[in-house]
Amino acid sequence: MADYKWPEAEKRTHLGKSISRIDGADKVSGRAKYTYDINRPGMLYGKVVRSKYARAKIVSIDTSAAEKMAGVKAVHVIIEPGSEIRWAGEEIVAVAAVDEPTAEDAARAIKIKYEKLAHNVIDTDPKAVGDNARPPSEQTVGDADKAFKEAEVTVEGFYGLTSITHCCLESHGSITEWEGDKNLLVHISTQAVSQIAGQLAGPLETPAGNIRVKQDHIGGGFGSKFGPDRWDITGARLSKKAGGKPVKIMLERDAELMVAGMRPPAYARVKLGAMKDGRVVAWESESWSSGGLGGGGSPPIPYVFVVPNQKRKHTAIATNVGSARAWRAPAHPQACLITMGALEDLAAKLNMDPYDLFLKNIDLTGARADVYREEMKIAADLIGWKAKWHPRGDKNAGPVKRGLGLSIHTWGGGGHASDCDITIQPDGSVEVKMGTQDLGVGTRTALRIVAADTFAIPLDSVNVLIGDNRYPASGGSGGSTTIGGISASTRRGSLDALDALFAKVAPSLGAQPADLEAFQGTIRVKSDPSKSVTWKQACAKIGATPITVRGKNPGPGTLTSSGVGGVQMADVSVDVETGIVKINKIVAVQDCGLVVNKKLAESQCYGALIMGVAYSLYEEKVMDVKTGRMLNPNMEFYKLAGIADIGELVVHMMTGKGYDERGVIGLGEPPVVSPGAVISNAVANAIGVRVPTLPLTPDRVLEALEKKGGTNNASI
Amino acid sequence: MRAFEYASPATKDQAVQLLGKAWDDAAPLAGGTDLLALMKDDIFSPKRLVNIKELKELRGIVAGPRQLRIGALTTIQELADHPQVRQRYPAIAHAAEEIAGPQIRNMGTIGGNLCQRPRCWYYRAGFGLLPKDEAGESLVPSGDNRYHAILGNGGPAYFVSPSSLAPVLIALGSTVRLYGPEGKRDLALEKFFRIPQSDADREHDLRSNEIVTDIIVPAATGLKTAFYEIRQKEAMDWPLALAAVALRVEAGKVSSARVLMGHVAPIPWRSEEAEQALIGKAISEEAAQSAADAAVSKATSLGRNRYKIQLARVAVKRAILQAGRGGVR
Repeated sequence: MADYKWPEAEKRTHLGKSISRIDGADKVSGRAKYTYDINRPGMLYGKVVRSKYARAKIVSIDTSAAEKMAGVKAVHVIIEPGSEIRWAGEEIVAVAAVDEPTAEDAARAIKIKYEKLAHNVIDTDPKAVGDNARPPSEQTVGDADKAFKEAEVTVEGFYGLTSITHCCLESHGSITEWEGDKNLLVHISTQAVSQIAGQLAGPLETPAGNIRVKQDHIGGGFGSKFGPDRWDITGARLSKKAGGKPVKIMLERDAELMVAGMRPPAYARVKLGAMKDGRVVAWESESWSSGGLGGGGSPPIPYVFVVPNQKRKHTAIATNVGSARAWRAPAHPQACLITMGALEDLAAKLNMDPYDLFLKNIDLTGARADVYREEMKIAADLIGWKAKWHPRGDKNAGPVKRGLGLSIHTWGGGGHASDCDITIQPDGSVEVKMGTQDLGVGTRTALRIVAADTFAIPLDSVNVLIGDNRYPASGGSGGSTTIGGISASTRRGSLDALDALFAKVAPSLGAQPADLEAFQGTIRVKSDPSKSVTWKQACAKIGATPITVRGKNPGPGTLTSSGVGGVQMADVSVDVETGIVKINKIVAVQDCGLVVNKKLAESQCYGALIMGVAYSLYEEKVMDVKTGRMLNPNMEFYKLAGIADIGELVVHMMTGKGYDERGVIGLGEPPVVSPGAVISNAVANAIGVRVPTLPLTPDRVLEALEKKGGTNNASI
Repeated sequence: MRAFEYASPATKDQAVQLLGKAWDDAAPLAGGTDLLALMKDDIFSPKRLVNIKELKELRGIVAGPRQLRIGALTTIQELADHPQVRQRYPAIAHAAEEIAGPQIRNMGTIGGNLCQRPRCWYYRAGFGLLPKDEAGESLVPSGDNRYHAILGNGGPAYFVSPSSLAPVLIALGSTVRLYGPEGKRDLALEKFFRIPQSDADREHDLRSNEIVTDIIVPAATGLKTAFYEIRQKEAMDWPLALAAVALRVEAGKVSSARVLMGHVAPIPWRSEEAEQALIGKAISEEAAQSAADAAVSKATSLGRNRYKIQLARVAVKRAILQAGRGGVR
């Protein structure tokens, strides 16, 4: 039986190296096909009629004109008259037609009568929303009142993040088609290839085993693409009505931004109690949030630093807005800004360098305190903290002020359940088959690295097949669980496949299978390395039937574990006359256990930082109070960072002793947690006042400066 | 997008004959960067598109000793790159190169930049150019007006003029040449823009069967010009406020001034207050500051856009100081 562990550093041939994405060229050249690119023979185009009201009762729906139109093949009523619309953009009716313009004409021809009802889209103030604010929940830890009395200094602040959207560059959607009456083929943009069929089975009253799900590439999900959506199920219904013809429904950009994903906002008033030396002793917070009609839970505050005495009150606000979905590290960016902002404000009040204040309290972070200590030192060196940091408020002349900010974060990221089939062919080629997806991890590349490293063969000897639910099931890509799960199952399967190969080869080498090892393209005898055969020769002993072994996670051995820490620091410039913030540099120091591919790990961090700059400075889902509509469901006024906006990004991965032995841990989420906090803290350090709410737009920056009585109207 | 008829005339006479008596009859198609988006969003659905890209006489830049003639089909990038424009009218080149991003600059035309429709998010959501709720009340003053007008905002129009080129072209005293079934019509560019007073009005003095053919800019010899734009992102973002100035300085003092602001009012906004504040003074910090203060002295907030008053003030001040430095940014 194999020893299920990762190879020692000196024995790794591919693992942990910087290896380019194997499908990179396909992606940049357009050869890679995304769901959006899939066009099937005889395909119909589906269009969805959406509510223009945020809340209304549907009085009647008249589809007769649409049904009579030439080229219209199916009409499906999603919400029956008498039912209530819950948010603007909610799906009411869908049509399928031979081409897109006809489908749009048909959608426009559908007459819907509404009875408008009162709505609420305000999530910024529980006092402004009446009954839509739920009764608050309260929690206490220790004795906060006593601790505040004993505290030598207290500081109060307000921190918030508006709601934003996922804004997947490939919008949500699918192409669904019935093969006969029984079997459904679904091409869908999803984070969960192996889970979609089970979720479609119920609503479509079709056995999950009859539903085939495929996806080669995905253009972003960020937590918003786990299940089949109402439009996907509707697509399948339209297809059935149209005799099984494929129906393509991919969301238009406005729908993508209105209804296909929302990161809940969070706002909090925080009071911190501390001793003069910076030790934090008490936390009090009053927070509110919303995730749509269901309200919104409290972010995990105080974040990372477990303050010994706490008093927390949280209010959930119900809104008529498309429901919240998991957004890359759900609730963490919110909690991080609220906590790290309060700590930075405390440091300013104590006239302390926040670096020293964080270190003073680092033991409150628990098990990973040493990791944070080490990472803070590295981050400080990379950004030049000690040389560049100044007390709050850049005193240099001129309108452009510069500042530094820091933050720390955590995440779980243990590998999910994953099955795979590892096949060694008699000709020496290897296949990995897994019902997983590449959400940006670089899944194909990672699987190839793990298998090739285990077999000690070149990377291109391994063929990776993913993106099909006929392959062994693997978990959905969420919670940063993918890399841990897929690399662990592939490692186990590859080790078992290697054992099976050793058994076939051992007699010809006159050795016991247990005395064999794979080494640089050969199978050799450990006790007598002069006895060896090439990989190809070894595989020729397999016979006609290839070796296929099922790899699983969880399983024996520590190949993945959970829990990481990261430190980030930002250097920003703020024009105090215009309120415009520019990023000079962000440093991210991150641990994720054993790194499978250094280049892809760094790439995950770069991507997270870019996304972080966008939500810190630009992104906001703007809801119109009166009409209940989203005002910026487009890429003009729903702003994302461009390449010139992101500044210099520096990533440092923690690897080696103390990290590698924890096995592979997920990385997709942790580095996106801190950017809001570091940028907000750096802006406060630059301009001398906290800008309470993200995104840090000119209006908000100027308002904060003005409240401070500062430079708003100052001369240049 | 709704179905439409497509015509591709060979002459401008054919083109204007193919345009209609009503706006919904037909629309001229040049770069299409705004028109096609309006059509896709079902905000504007003309029955016919008249492709004017084949009209060669509408192309090109002629830089003569007394004037610059810019054909309406000149792309924004061509304008930004043109050697004589860069040399003699650096503020125009500067304004052009700040617009959107390479894709838009390579497709978008000068005529289109002047004729594009406002980006007001209520208008773009289908509530009309003078957006109203079902009770007929304007949505903007009580709504989210963070990007709306701070000048000329007494209603019913609250949007901001989206052209980044118009302010600098007006500062330089440009003329726009229009062509319709009755022939050509020259207008001071300043008069081309107007604030609609009812739903029947448009924001341009352009008839539904006219096209823009040329922009004529007089020689700028001896003028100190500058353009200063404030926007949040480095590229692909709309300005929050911008200023363009053209100053003549004699014996160390400003003898004539044109101060224009963009993205602050339903039209490119000329500030005579700022111009008066400058005349007779040497260009200095103080003079620039008082002109900037004068420029926004009549500005008012609609509720969410007060910060734009500050941005407009800063843009004017920085543009004046930049002009004083000989246009050095």
